Amino acid sequence: MAEPKKILIEHSIFLAVVTLCGFLIENTYYLQILTFIGINTILALGLNMLMGYAGQVSLGHAAFYGIGAYTTAILSTTFGLSPWIALLCAVGLALLIAFVVGLPTLKLSGYYLGMGTLGFGMIVNIIFREWSSLTGGSSGFVGIPMLQIGSIFFEAGRSYFFLVWAAVFIAVVLCRRILSSRMGRALRSIHDGESASMAVGVNTHFLKLQIFMFSAALGAVAGFLYAHFVMFISPESFGFMVSVKMVTMVVIGGMASVWGAILGASLLTLLPEVLHSFQEYEMIIFGLILMLVMIFMPQGLTRGLLDIYEHSYKKAGVKKF
Amino acid sequence: MQEIIQYLFSGITTGSIYAVIAVGLSMLYSSTELINFSHGEFVMLGAMGILTLWVNAALPLPLAFLLTVVAVSCVGMIFERLAIKTVKKPQPITLVIITVGASIFLRGVAMIIWGKDPFSVPSFSSYESIEIAGAALVPQSLFIVFAAFILAGAIHLFFKQTLTGKAMVACAVNKKAAWLSGIPSESMGVLAFIISTGTGAAAGIFIAPITMGSYDMGTMLGLKGFCAAMIGGLGSLWGAFAGGILLGVLESLGAGLISSGLKDAIAFILLLLILYICPGGLFSAKVAKRF
Repeated sequence: MAEPKKILIEHSIFLAVVTLCGFLIENTYYLQILTFIGINTILALGLNMLMGYAGQVSLGHAAFYGIGAYTTAILSTTFGLSPWIALLCAVGLALLIAFVVGLPTLKLSGYYLGMGTLGFGMIVNIIFREWSSLTGGSSGFVGIPMLQIGSIFFEAGRSYFFLVWAAVFIAVVLCRRILSSRMGRALRSIHDGESASMAVGVNTHFLKLQIFMFSAALGAVAGFLYAHFVMFISPESFGFMVSVKMVTMVVIGGMASVWGAILGASLLTLLPEVLHSFQEYEMIIFGLILMLVMIFMPQGLTRGLLDIYEHSYKKAGVKKF
Repeated sequence: MQEIIQYLFSGITTGSIYAVIAVGLSMLYSSTELINFSHGEFVMLGAMGILTLWVNAALPLPLAFLLTVVAVSCVGMIFERLAIKTVKKPQPITLVIITVGASIFLRGVAMIIWGKDPFSVPSFSSYESIEIAGAALVPQSLFIVFAAFILAGAIHLFFKQTLTGKAMVACAVNKKAAWLSGIPSESMGVLAFIISTGTGAAAGIFIAPITMGSYDMGTMLGLKGFCAAMIGGLGSLWGAFAGGILLGVLESLGAGLISSGLKDAIAFILLLLILYICPGGLFSAKVAKRF
């Protein structure tokens, strides 16, 4: 990975931007959108580890997002536990389910892996919808309590913005630590050639399972933050289209790049907000943008825009001489 | 007993529709190695087409059927030319997202043209239902099952008997070799898309009188079509067909005997079981490469 100094600079810029945004923006609507971007970034970061680095597609990742949200909702509302204990339970449950599901599923690859994770995601979503005595069914789960540390309440607004982006920062640091470790190198080797990395002694199946569990845990954390932010959850927020949206965030932002995940999450959160003014044409435009980006910049926007920049730079250079 | 027969009848009817959807997906996969996530939307377009041409414009049923299938195949062809062909470095994940984008796009278009309200299409035949062992069998079901078999049989004959069909099989087996022996592999890809979306439209026409239709009916149907194709074995025509019937029957039995809320889960539970136990599908002779 890059030298520690560069990482330090990048992290300080990141923190500075977040702090500035948090203190300068007064409009609660903007803060709310930035909070959503933060939650989606955590989702995208987790999936990015799985897709971008380990090269494994998951079309059912919204299941873990939902498991996080529903676990904390049920434990903190129905059973009256502290949300922070519920967070631990949510992450624990997500890890456990990821382990059980990942064990057989990650032996598949390509389209088969995509279909397997898709099936898993659909089943979890149907459970959310049908187990109505526990989850509130399709009408949703109401009355999730606010988060609180001591006397500080995290309301929708500035304090929640800082809470979410602090979590994003921790997630970014965690991902980078993992990537620069032995495990990160082994992961990238799976992406480049699974048989080759097996041949040099990487336990690929176990490694894939570990990273699947890690991304599931991040998904659960995002679900926890989402549930206590919106205070109302329903199965639609964790359906197939959400899984697809998560994959899209990773791919559009640019796979195998931590900052790409932030870009992808921001774009996919902002786009529907911007497109609201088009009302009925929202879906058409969203679909078109997805297709166009993939047709013209299959490497994602980060890489695609860089390429365009470098290309025009070269052209300008040629003209000079 | 009577109930079970009734469930079987309705299961085979919906199953044959899943079968047609699965055949279209499976065929496209075997000739282009592409999984079309917007396939369900073409099914929806088929249902919308029959609503417009038969119910609203009052054209005769066969003509409306033909026009709908042709129109939807044209949409499929345009989609292939504009969105799939233009991809520079086709990788599975890129193509998956493009087809997902297309499905959102088509759903948006359908919402604007046909509105958000669900609609229903009257049944195709006005004959009385037949009673077999106490269970009612609607003639329309017979018609649908029959048509599904004819459709699958026609595709089978096309692949086995015609030169174009054989050329498509050659492309599926080895694209480069087929190209070297003079088969225009690119136009075979377009043809595969046309046939696949055409069968999707036919499935949409069959399902229109059975369930309520709406602009967002396609996603679930498309996903169930996948499950059926996977159960039978991706790339095998009759395997996908049998997978569809099996899925329909199990779904109907499960919904009737266990719980109707579980209906949608059955397809995906089956899918996972198949993937874990025999990822090549139940009816596939070949040993599946898991890529």
